[in-house]
Amino acid sequence: MFRNQYDTDVTTWSPAGRLFQVEYAMEAVKQGSAAIGLRSKTHVVLGCVNKANSELSSHQKKIFKVDDHIGVAIAGLTADGRVLSRYMRNECINYSFTYESPLPVGRLVVQLADKAQVCTQRSWKRPYGVGLLVAGLDESGAHLYYNCPSGNYFEYQAFAIGSRSQAAKTYLERRFESFRDASRDDLVKDALMAIRETLQGETLKSLVCTVAVVGVGEPFHILDQGTVQQMIDAFEIVAEQEGPAAEPDTEAGQEASAEPEPEQGAAAGEGVAPMDI
Amino acid sequence: MTKQQANWSPYDNNGGSCVAIAGADYCVIAADTRMSTGYNILTRDYSKICKLADKCVMASSGFQADVRALQKQLAARHLIYQHQHNKQMSCPAMAQLLSNTLYYKRFFPYYSFNVLGGLDNEGKGCVFTYDAVGSYEKVGYSSQGSGSTLIMPFLDNQLKSPSPLLLPAQDAVTPLVEAEAIDLVKTVFASASERDIYTVRRQTRTCYHKCSWYPPGIHGT
Repeated sequence: MFRNQYDTDVTTWSPAGRLFQVEYAMEAVKQGSAAIGLRSKTHVVLGCVNKANSELSSHQKKIFKVDDHIGVAIAGLTADGRVLSRYMRNECINYSFTYESPLPVGRLVVQLADKAQVCTQRSWKRPYGVGLLVAGLDESGAHLYYNCPSGNYFEYQAFAIGSRSQAAKTYLERRFESFRDASRDDLVKDALMAIRETLQGETLKSLVCTVAVVGVGEPFHILDQGTVQQMIDAFEIVAEQEGPAAEPDTEAGQEASAEPEPEQGAAAGEGVAPMDI
Repeated sequence: MTKQQANWSPYDNNGGSCVAIAGADYCVIAADTRMSTGYNILTRDYSKICKLADKCVMASSGFQADVRALQKQLAARHLIYQHQHNKQMSCPAMAQLLSNTLYYKRFFPYYSFNVLGGLDNEGKGCVFTYDAVGSYEKVGYSSQGSGSTLIMPFLDNQLKSPSPLLLPAQDAVTPLVEAEAIDLVKTVFASASERDIYTVRRQTRTCYHKCSWYPPGIHGT
Protein backbone atom coordinates (compact mmCIF):
# COMPACT_ATOMS: atom_id res chain seq x y z
CA MET A 1 0.00 0.00 0.00
CA PHE A 2 2.71 2.46 0.95
CA ARG A 3 5.30 1.08 -1.45
CA ASN A 4 5.25 3.92 -3.98
CA GLN A 5 5.56 6.72 -1.44
CA TYR A 6 8.81 5.56 0.11
CA ASP A 7 10.67 4.20 -2.88
CA THR A 8 12.11 7.36 -4.46
CA ASP A 9 15.37 7.52 -2.50
CA VAL A 10 17.62 4.74 -1.36
CA THR A 11 18.02 6.70 1.85
CA THR A 12 14.33 6.64 2.70
CA TRP A 13 12.93 3.99 5.02
CA SER A 14 9.38 2.72 4.64
CA PRO A 15 7.16 2.56 7.74
CA ALA A 16 7.62 -1.20 7.68
CA GLY A 17 11.39 -0.76 7.96
CA ARG A 18 12.31 -1.58 4.38
CA LEU A 19 14.49 0.11 1.81
CA PHE A 20 12.55 -0.30 -1.40
CA GLN A 21 15.30 0.88 -3.74
CA VAL A 22 17.51 -1.92 -2.46
CA GLU A 23 14.70 -4.41 -2.97
CA TYR A 24 14.16 -3.12 -6.49
CA ALA A 25 17.86 -3.66 -7.14
CA MET A 26 17.46 -7.28 -6.05
CA GLU A 27 14.55 -7.48 -8.46
CA ALA A 28 16.95 -6.57 -11.27
CA VAL A 29 19.01 -9.62 -10.37
CA LYS A 30 15.94 -11.83 -10.74
CA GLN A 31 15.38 -10.46 -14.24
CA GLY A 32 18.84 -11.34 -15.51
CA SER A 33 19.54 -14.67 -17.20
CA ALA A 34 20.37 -17.54 -14.90
CA ALA A 35 23.68 -18.25 -13.26
CA ILE A 36 24.43 -21.24 -11.05
CA GLY A 37 27.25 -22.37 -8.84
CA LEU A 38 28.07 -25.54 -6.94
CA ARG A 39 31.05 -26.76 -4.99
CA SER A 40 32.69 -29.87 -3.70
CA LYS A 41 35.52 -30.09 -1.19
CA THR A 42 38.11 -29.39 -3.88
CA HIS A 43 36.36 -27.79 -6.84
CA VAL A 44 33.82 -25.09 -7.60
CA VAL A 45 31.86 -24.94 -10.85
CA LEU A 46 30.04 -21.89 -12.22
CA GLY A 47 27.58 -22.00 -15.06
CA CYS A 48 25.37 -19.52 -16.83
CA VAL A 49 22.85 -19.29 -19.61
CA ASN A 50 23.91 -17.26 -22.63
CA LYS A 51 21.13 -14.92 -23.55
CA ALA A 52 21.50 -12.64 -26.54
CA ASN A 53 19.39 -9.53 -27.12
CA SER A 54 18.52 -10.56 -30.65
CA GLU A 55 19.50 -13.19 -33.16
CA LEU A 56 21.96 -10.76 -34.68
CA SER A 57 23.87 -9.90 -31.53
CA SER A 58 26.39 -11.74 -29.42
CA HIS A 59 25.59 -12.82 -25.90
CA GLN A 60 26.91 -10.90 -22.92
CA LYS A 61 29.85 -12.18 -20.95
CA LYS A 62 28.60 -13.27 -17.53
CA ILE A 63 31.53 -15.22 -16.14
CA PHE A 64 34.76 -13.40 -15.34
CA LYS A 65 38.12 -14.62 -14.18
CA VAL A 66 39.20 -12.54 -11.22
CA ASP A 67 42.44 -14.33 -10.40
CA ASP A 68 43.88 -17.79 -10.82
CA HIS A 69 41.96 -18.95 -7.78
CA ILE A 70 38.79 -16.85 -8.01
CA GLY A 71 36.08 -16.42 -10.61
CA VAL A 72 32.66 -14.81 -10.63
CA ALA A 73 29.35 -15.35 -12.41
CA ILE A 74 26.87 -12.48 -12.51
CA ALA A 75 23.16 -11.97 -13.03
CA GLY A 76 21.45 -8.64 -13.50
CA LEU A 77 22.91 -5.42 -14.87
CA THR A 78 25.92 -6.75 -16.73
CA ALA A 79 27.58 -3.35 -16.80
CA ASP A 80 27.52 -3.16 -13.01
CA GLY A 81 28.91 -6.69 -12.94
CA ARG A 82 31.78 -5.74 -15.20
CA VAL A 83 32.70 -2.80 -13.02
CA LEU A 84 32.66 -4.94 -9.88
CA SER A 85 34.78 -7.60 -11.62
CA ARG A 86 37.34 -4.94 -12.42
CA TYR A 87 37.33 -3.90 -8.78
CA MET A 88 37.81 -7.49 -7.66
CA ARG A 89 40.66 -8.03 -10.12
CA ASN A 90 42.37 -4.92 -8.86
CA GLU A 91 42.04 -5.98 -5.23
CA CYS A 92 43.55 -9.38 -6.03
CA ILE A 93 46.46 -7.85 -7.91
CA ASN A 94 47.20 -5.36 -5.13
CA TYR A 95 46.99 -8.01 -2.42
CA SER A 96 49.31 -10.33 -4.39
CA PHE A 97 51.73 -7.48 -4.89
CA THR A 98 51.90 -6.64 -1.19
CA TYR A 99 51.71 -10.09 0.39
CA GLU A 100 52.98 -12.29 -2.47
CA SER A 101 50.14 -14.69 -1.81
CA PRO A 102 46.62 -15.04 -3.20
CA LEU A 103 43.80 -13.02 -1.69
CA PRO A 104 41.58 -15.29 0.44
CA VAL A 105 38.08 -15.46 -1.06
CA GLY A 106 36.41 -14.72 2.25
CA ARG A 107 38.21 -11.38 2.46
CA LEU A 108 37.29 -10.43 -1.08
CA VAL A 109 33.59 -11.04 -0.62
CA VAL A 110 33.54 -8.94 2.54
CA GLN A 111 35.19 -6.07 0.68
CA LEU A 112 32.67 -6.49 -2.10
CA ALA A 113 29.78 -6.56 0.35
CA ASP A 114 31.00 -3.41 2.10
CA LYS A 115 31.31 -1.69 -1.26
CA ALA A 116 27.72 -2.64 -2.06
CA GLN A 117 26.52 -1.43 1.33
CA VAL A 118 27.94 2.05 0.74
CA CYS A 119 25.57 2.42 -2.19
CA THR A 120 22.62 1.72 0.07
CA GLN A 121 23.44 4.58 2.40
CA ARG A 122 24.30 7.52 0.12
CA SER A 123 21.61 9.71 -1.38
CA TRP A 124 23.66 10.41 -4.50
CA LYS A 125 24.28 6.74 -5.31
CA ARG A 126 22.21 3.77 -6.33
CA PRO A 127 22.69 0.13 -5.39
CA TYR A 128 24.54 -2.13 -7.85
CA GLY A 129 21.92 -4.01 -9.83
CA VAL A 130 23.84 -7.25 -10.01
CA GLY A 131 24.10 -10.45 -8.00
CA LEU A 132 27.48 -12.17 -7.94
CA LEU A 133 28.28 -15.82 -7.44
CA VAL A 134 31.90 -15.79 -6.32
CA ALA A 135 33.76 -19.08 -6.66
CA GLY A 136 37.16 -19.42 -5.11
CA LEU A 137 39.80 -21.55 -3.55
CA ASP A 138 41.91 -20.70 -0.57
CA GLU A 139 43.77 -22.40 2.24
CA SER A 140 40.54 -23.40 3.92
CA GLY A 141 39.21 -25.12 0.82
CA ALA A 142 36.71 -24.47 -1.95
CA HIS A 143 34.08 -21.75 -1.44
CA LEU A 144 31.00 -20.43 -3.17
CA TYR A 145 29.53 -17.11 -2.06
CA TYR A 146 26.57 -15.09 -3.19
CA ASN A 147 26.85 -11.29 -2.97
CA CYS A 148 23.65 -9.35 -3.34
CA PRO A 149 22.96 -5.67 -4.04
CA SER A 150 21.88 -5.15 -0.44
CA GLY A 151 25.43 -5.68 0.78
CA ASN A 152 24.69 -9.10 2.26
CA TYR A 153 26.71 -12.12 1.38
CA PHE A 154 26.15 -15.79 2.07
CA GLU A 155 28.16 -18.92 1.60
CA TYR A 156 26.54 -21.79 -0.26
CA GLN A 157 27.08 -25.41 -1.16
CA ALA A 158 25.14 -24.69 -4.35
CA PHE A 159 23.00 -21.80 -5.55
CA ALA A 160 21.24 -20.34 -8.55
CA ILE A 161 20.28 -16.76 -9.37
CA GLY A 162 18.49 -14.99 -12.18
CA SER A 163 15.38 -15.81 -14.15
CA ARG A 164 13.92 -19.32 -13.80
CA SER A 165 16.57 -20.05 -11.18
CA GLN A 166 13.95 -21.70 -8.96
CA ALA A 167 13.94 -24.74 -11.24
CA ALA A 168 17.70 -25.04 -10.90
CA LYS A 169 17.50 -24.50 -7.14
CA THR A 170 15.00 -27.33 -6.85
CA TYR A 171 17.36 -29.63 -8.70
CA LEU A 172 20.31 -28.52 -6.60
CA GLU A 173 18.38 -28.94 -3.35
CA ARG A 174 17.64 -32.50 -4.32
CA ARG A 175 21.22 -33.33 -5.15
CA PHE A 176 23.40 -31.08 -2.99
CA GLU A 177 24.32 -33.69 -0.41
CA SER A 178 26.29 -35.58 -3.04
CA PHE A 179 28.30 -32.54 -4.10
CA ARG A 180 30.79 -32.44 -1.22
CA ASP A 181 32.58 -35.57 -2.30
CA ALA A 182 31.73 -35.50 -5.98
CA SER A 183 34.48 -35.72 -8.57
CA ARG A 184 35.26 -32.73 -10.75
CA ASP A 185 33.55 -34.20 -13.79
CA ASP A 186 30.44 -35.15 -11.83
CA LEU A 187 30.26 -31.63 -10.51
CA VAL A 188 30.40 -30.19 -14.03
CA LYS A 189 27.73 -32.67 -15.10
CA ASP A 190 25.51 -31.53 -12.22
CA ALA A 191 26.08 -27.91 -13.23
CA LEU A 192 24.97 -28.68 -16.79
CA MET A 193 21.89 -30.48 -15.48
CA ALA A 194 21.04 -27.50 -13.32
CA ILE A 195 21.44 -25.17 -16.30
CA ARG A 196 19.18 -27.47 -18.28
CA GLU A 197 16.50 -27.05 -15.62
CA THR A 198 16.46 -23.29 -16.16
CA LEU A 199 16.09 -23.72 -19.90
CA GLN A 200 12.70 -25.36 -19.31
CA GLY A 201 12.31 -27.35 -22.47
CA GLU A 202 14.93 -25.79 -24.71
CA THR A 203 17.63 -28.26 -25.76
CA LEU A 204 20.81 -28.00 -23.82
CA LYS A 205 23.67 -27.19 -26.19
CA SER A 206 27.10 -25.76 -25.52
CA LEU A 207 26.04 -22.68 -27.51
CA VAL A 208 23.49 -21.64 -24.92
CA CYS A 209 25.61 -22.01 -21.83
CA THR A 210 29.02 -21.17 -20.40
CA VAL A 211 30.75 -23.29 -17.75
CA ALA A 212 33.82 -22.45 -15.68
CA VAL A 213 35.80 -24.46 -13.15
CA VAL A 214 38.28 -23.73 -10.39
CA GLY A 215 39.84 -26.37 -8.19
CA VAL A 216 42.87 -27.72 -6.39
CA GLY A 217 45.64 -27.72 -8.97
CA GLU A 218 43.33 -26.20 -11.55
CA PRO A 219 43.35 -22.42 -12.02
CA PHE A 220 40.06 -20.74 -12.84
CA HIS A 221 39.21 -21.10 -16.48
CA ILE A 222 36.16 -21.18 -18.73
CA LEU A 223 35.64 -24.53 -20.43
CA ASP A 224 35.72 -24.35 -24.20
CA GLN A 225 32.58 -25.12 -26.19
CA GLY A 226 33.91 -28.41 -27.57
CA THR A 227 34.53 -29.84 -24.12
CA VAL A 228 31.14 -28.70 -22.88
CA GLN A 229 29.34 -30.21 -25.86
CA GLN A 230 31.16 -33.50 -25.31
CA MET A 231 30.00 -33.62 -21.69
CA ILE A 232 26.43 -32.83 -22.70
CA ASP A 233 26.49 -35.56 -25.33
CA ALA A 234 27.99 -38.02 -22.86
CA PHE A 235 25.26 -37.78 -20.28
CA GLU A 236 22.49 -37.50 -22.82
CA ILE A 237 23.62 -40.78 -24.37
CA VAL A 238 23.56 -42.36 -20.92
CA ALA A 239 20.06 -41.03 -20.35
CA GLU A 240 18.85 -42.49 -23.64
CA GLN A 241 20.42 -45.86 -22.86
CA GLU A 242 18.71 -45.97 -19.50
CA GLY A 243 15.40 -45.60 -21.33
CA PRO A 244 12.05 -44.85 -19.64
CA ALA A 245 13.35 -46.13 -16.32
CA ALA A 246 15.58 -43.07 -16.12
CA GLU A 247 15.33 -40.40 -13.40
CA PRO A 248 12.39 -38.05 -13.71
CA ASP A 249 14.46 -35.03 -14.61
CA THR A 250 16.32 -36.65 -17.50
CA GLU A 251 13.03 -38.10 -18.73
CA ALA A 252 11.44 -34.69 -18.70
CA GLY A 253 14.47 -33.36 -20.51
CA GLN A 254 14.16 -36.03 -23.16
CA GLU A 255 10.46 -35.50 -23.77
CA ALA A 256 10.91 -31.78 -23.91
CA SER A 257 13.84 -31.99 -26.26
CA ALA A 258 12.00 -34.45 -28.54
CA GLU A 259 9.35 -31.83 -29.35
CA PRO A 260 11.42 -28.85 -30.47
CA GLU A 261 13.71 -31.26 -32.36
CA PRO A 262 12.20 -30.77 -35.86
CA GLU A 263 12.12 -27.00 -35.35
CA GLN A 264 15.68 -27.04 -34.14
CA GLY A 265 16.76 -28.85 -37.28
CA ALA A 266 15.15 -26.22 -39.48
CA ALA A 267 16.35 -23.28 -37.46
CA ALA A 268 19.86 -24.62 -36.98
CA GLY A 269 21.35 -22.37 -39.61
CA GLU A 270 19.68 -19.24 -38.25
CA GLY A 271 20.32 -20.06 -34.58
CA VAL A 272 21.91 -17.48 -32.29
CA ALA A 273 25.64 -17.46 -32.90
CA PRO A 274 27.42 -16.15 -29.84
CA MET A 275 30.59 -14.47 -30.92
CA ASP A 276 33.73 -14.93 -28.92
CA ILE A 277 34.14 -11.71 -27.00
CA MET B 1 79.81 26.97 4.71
CA THR B 2 79.78 23.96 2.33
CA LYS B 3 76.55 22.26 1.35
CA GLN B 4 75.73 19.26 3.54
CA GLN B 5 75.93 15.96 1.73
CA ALA B 6 73.84 12.90 2.48
CA ASN B 7 75.61 10.41 4.70
CA TRP B 8 73.33 7.61 3.63
CA SER B 9 72.46 6.35 0.15
CA PRO B 10 69.23 4.54 -0.68
CA TYR B 11 71.09 2.59 -3.34
CA ASP B 12 73.55 -0.29 -3.35
CA ASN B 13 75.14 -2.12 -6.25
CA ASN B 14 74.83 -5.89 -6.11
CA GLY B 15 76.95 -6.38 -9.23
CA GLY B 16 76.71 -9.07 -11.87
CA SER B 17 76.35 -9.16 -15.63
CA CYS B 18 73.57 -9.91 -18.09
CA VAL B 19 73.72 -10.85 -21.74
CA ALA B 20 71.17 -11.43 -24.47
CA ILE B 21 71.60 -12.50 -28.10
CA ALA B 22 68.84 -12.60 -30.73
CA GLY B 23 68.76 -14.89 -33.75
CA ALA B 24 66.41 -15.45 -36.66
CA ASP B 25 64.16 -17.81 -34.71
CA TYR B 26 65.64 -17.91 -31.20
CA CYS B 27 66.78 -15.72 -28.35
CA VAL B 28 69.31 -16.50 -25.62
CA ILE B 29 69.26 -14.57 -22.34
CA ALA B 30 71.78 -15.21 -19.58
CA ALA B 31 72.91 -13.66 -16.30
CA ASP B 32 75.50 -14.73 -13.77
CA THR B 33 74.48 -15.94 -10.33
CA ARG B 34 76.57 -13.92 -7.90
CA MET B 35 75.05 -11.23 -5.68
CA SER B 36 77.59 -9.00 -3.93
CA THR B 37 77.80 -5.94 -1.74
CA GLY B 38 81.05 -4.04 -1.54
CA TYR B 39 83.81 -6.65 -1.52
CA ASN B 40 81.58 -9.34 -0.03
CA ILE B 41 79.41 -12.02 -1.51
CA LEU B 42 75.79 -12.11 -0.34
CA THR B 43 74.92 -15.29 -2.23
CA ARG B 44 76.41 -17.50 -4.94
CA ASP B 45 73.06 -18.65 -6.17
CA TYR B 46 70.79 -15.78 -7.23
CA SER B 47 68.81 -15.59 -10.44
CA LYS B 48 68.74 -12.19 -12.09
CA ILE B 49 66.39 -13.44 -14.78
CA CYS B 50 62.63 -12.96 -14.53
CA LYS B 51 59.94 -14.22 -16.88
CA LEU B 52 57.58 -11.34 -17.56
CA ALA B 53 55.33 -12.95 -20.17
CA ASP B 54 55.04 -16.13 -22.16
CA LYS B 55 57.62 -15.05 -24.72
CA CYS B 56 59.45 -12.34 -22.86
CA VAL B 57 62.19 -12.52 -20.25
CA MET B 58 64.13 -9.79 -18.47
CA ALA B 59 67.64 -9.97 -17.07
CA SER B 60 68.65 -7.12 -14.74
CA SER B 61 71.78 -6.20 -12.89
CA GLY B 62 72.29 -3.35 -10.43
CA PHE B 63 70.47 -2.92 -7.13
CA GLN B 64 68.50 -6.14 -6.71
CA ALA B 65 65.93 -4.65 -4.33
CA ASP B 66 64.97 -2.17 -7.04
CA VAL B 67 65.12 -4.97 -9.60
CA ARG B 68 62.66 -7.04 -7.53
CA ALA B 69 60.32 -4.08 -7.13
CA LEU B 70 60.47 -3.46 -10.88
CA GLN B 71 59.72 -7.13 -11.66
CA LYS B 72 56.66 -7.08 -9.36
CA GLN B 73 55.38 -3.86 -10.94
CA LEU B 74 55.66 -5.31 -14.43
CA ALA B 75 54.02 -8.58 -13.36
CA ALA B 76 51.04 -6.70 -11.90
CA ARG B 77 50.67 -4.55 -15.02
CA HIS B 78 50.88 -7.66 -17.17
CA LEU B 79 47.99 -9.24 -15.25
CA ILE B 80 45.86 -6.16 -15.91
CA TYR B 81 46.77 -6.33 -19.60
CA GLN B 82 45.73 -9.99 -19.73
CA HIS B 83 42.37 -9.23 -18.12
CA GLN B 84 41.71 -6.43 -20.58
CA HIS B 85 43.02 -7.99 -23.81
CA ASN B 86 42.52 -11.69 -23.12
CA LYS B 87 46.06 -12.50 -24.24
CA GLN B 88 49.70 -12.30 -23.18
CA MET B 89 51.78 -9.22 -23.85
CA SER B 90 54.15 -9.46 -26.80
CA CYS B 91 57.86 -8.80 -26.29
CA PRO B 92 57.82 -5.42 -28.08
CA ALA B 93 54.81 -4.35 -26.03
CA MET B 94 56.53 -5.34 -22.80
CA ALA B 95 59.62 -3.46 -23.98
CA GLN B 96 57.62 -0.24 -24.24
CA LEU B 97 55.96 -0.87 -20.87
CA LEU B 98 59.35 -1.34 -19.23
CA SER B 99 60.61 1.89 -20.71
CA ASN B 100 57.59 3.81 -19.44
CA THR B 101 57.80 2.22 -16.00
CA LEU B 102 61.45 3.19 -15.67
CA TYR B 103 60.88 6.78 -16.80
CA TYR B 104 58.00 7.12 -14.36
CA LYS B 105 60.69 7.18 -11.67
CA ARG B 106 62.96 9.53 -13.57
CA PHE B 107 63.68 11.55 -10.41
CA PHE B 108 64.25 8.61 -8.06
CA PRO B 109 65.23 5.90 -10.50
CA TYR B 110 65.16 2.14 -10.30
CA TYR B 111 68.86 1.32 -10.05
CA SER B 112 68.35 -1.45 -12.56
CA PHE B 113 70.25 -2.10 -15.78
CA ASN B 114 68.02 -4.26 -17.92
CA VAL B 115 68.15 -6.42 -20.94
CA LEU B 116 64.88 -7.74 -22.32
CA GLY B 117 64.79 -10.76 -24.61
CA GLY B 118 62.24 -12.92 -26.31
CA LEU B 119 60.39 -13.64 -29.52
CA ASP B 120 58.32 -11.05 -31.32
CA ASN B 121 54.92 -11.76 -32.88
CA GLU B 122 56.49 -13.40 -35.92
CA GLY B 123 58.69 -15.70 -33.88
CA LYS B 124 61.87 -13.76 -34.59
CA GLY B 125 64.31 -13.20 -31.76
CA CYS B 126 64.45 -9.71 -30.27
CA VAL B 127 66.61 -8.05 -27.65
CA PHE B 128 66.01 -4.67 -26.06
CA THR B 129 68.63 -2.88 -24.00
CA TYR B 130 67.94 -0.17 -21.40
CA ASP B 131 69.55 2.37 -19.18
CA ALA B 132 68.31 3.05 -15.66
CA VAL B 133 65.72 5.64 -16.69
CA GLY B 134 64.10 3.87 -19.61
CA SER B 135 66.01 4.88 -22.71
CA TYR B 136 65.83 1.77 -24.88
CA GLU B 137 66.67 0.36 -28.26
CA LYS B 138 65.97 -2.84 -30.15
CA VAL B 139 69.29 -4.52 -30.91
CA GLY B 140 70.65 -7.84 -32.06
CA TYR B 141 72.63 -8.45 -28.86
CA SER B 142 73.48 -6.62 -25.66
CA SER B 143 75.07 -6.83 -22.25
CA GLN B 144 74.53 -4.84 -19.05
CA GLY B 145 76.06 -4.82 -15.59
CA SER B 146 79.50 -4.75 -14.02
CA GLY B 147 81.06 -7.00 -16.67
CA SER B 148 79.49 -5.27 -19.66
CA THR B 149 82.61 -3.19 -20.37
CA LEU B 150 84.48 -6.46 -20.87
CA ILE B 151 81.66 -8.35 -22.58
CA MET B 152 80.27 -5.80 -25.01
CA PRO B 153 83.44 -5.23 -27.09
CA PHE B 154 83.80 -9.01 -27.47
CA LEU B 155 80.20 -9.35 -28.65
CA ASP B 156 80.74 -6.45 -31.04
CA ASN B 157 83.72 -8.26 -32.49
CA GLN B 158 81.81 -11.53 -32.92
CA LEU B 159 78.33 -10.33 -33.77
CA LYS B 160 78.63 -6.80 -35.06
CA SER B 161 75.53 -5.95 -36.98
CA PRO B 162 75.14 -3.34 -39.70
CA SER B 163 74.48 0.15 -38.43
CA PRO B 164 70.83 0.87 -37.63
CA LEU B 165 71.31 4.17 -39.48
CA LEU B 166 71.72 2.45 -42.84
CA LEU B 167 69.04 2.58 -45.49
CA PRO B 168 67.51 0.23 -46.47
CA ALA B 169 67.20 -1.18 -42.94
CA GLN B 170 69.24 -4.32 -42.46
CA ASP B 171 68.53 -7.20 -40.12
CA ALA B 172 70.12 -6.70 -36.72
CA VAL B 173 69.80 -10.30 -35.61
CA THR B 174 72.78 -12.58 -35.88
CA PRO B 175 72.96 -15.28 -38.54
CA LEU B 176 74.43 -17.71 -35.98
CA VAL B 177 72.45 -20.82 -35.01
CA GLU B 178 71.19 -21.25 -31.47
CA ALA B 179 73.88 -23.72 -30.40
CA GLU B 180 76.60 -21.35 -31.55
CA ALA B 181 75.00 -18.44 -29.73
CA ILE B 182 74.76 -20.46 -26.51
CA ASP B 183 78.41 -21.38 -26.85
CA LEU B 184 79.26 -17.72 -27.32
CA VAL B 185 77.36 -16.82 -24.15
CA LYS B 186 79.25 -19.45 -22.16
CA THR B 187 82.54 -18.12 -23.50
CA VAL B 188 81.58 -14.57 -22.66
CA PHE B 189 80.92 -15.36 -19.01
CA ALA B 190 84.08 -17.44 -18.81
CA SER B 191 86.10 -14.42 -19.97
CA ALA B 192 84.31 -11.72 -17.98
CA SER B 193 84.63 -13.70 -14.75
CA GLU B 194 88.41 -13.71 -15.19
CA ARG B 195 88.77 -9.97 -14.63
CA ASP B 196 85.49 -8.70 -13.12
CA ILE B 197 85.26 -9.63 -9.45
CA TYR B 198 81.50 -9.21 -9.43
CA THR B 199 80.86 -11.64 -12.25
CA VAL B 200 81.22 -15.42 -12.03
CA ARG B 201 81.24 -18.07 -14.67
CA ARG B 202 78.10 -19.79 -13.40
CA GLN B 203 74.98 -18.44 -15.07
CA THR B 204 71.23 -18.86 -15.43
CA ARG B 205 70.33 -19.10 -19.08
CA THR B 206 66.98 -19.06 -20.90
CA CYS B 207 66.67 -19.95 -24.56
CA TYR B 208 63.58 -19.03 -26.52
CA HIS B 209 62.99 -20.92 -29.70
CA LYS B 210 60.20 -20.39 -32.17
CA CYS B 211 59.11 -24.01 -31.83
CA SER B 212 59.64 -24.59 -28.13
CA TRP B 213 61.32 -22.90 -25.29
CA TYR B 214 63.54 -24.08 -22.47
CA PRO B 215 62.77 -22.90 -18.95
CA PRO B 216 65.64 -21.09 -17.26
CA GLY B 217 68.17 -23.49 -15.81
CA ILE B 218 71.33 -23.08 -13.83
CA HIS B 219 74.13 -23.91 -16.19
CA GLY B 220 77.59 -24.42 -14.89
CA THR B 221 79.97 -23.62 -17.69
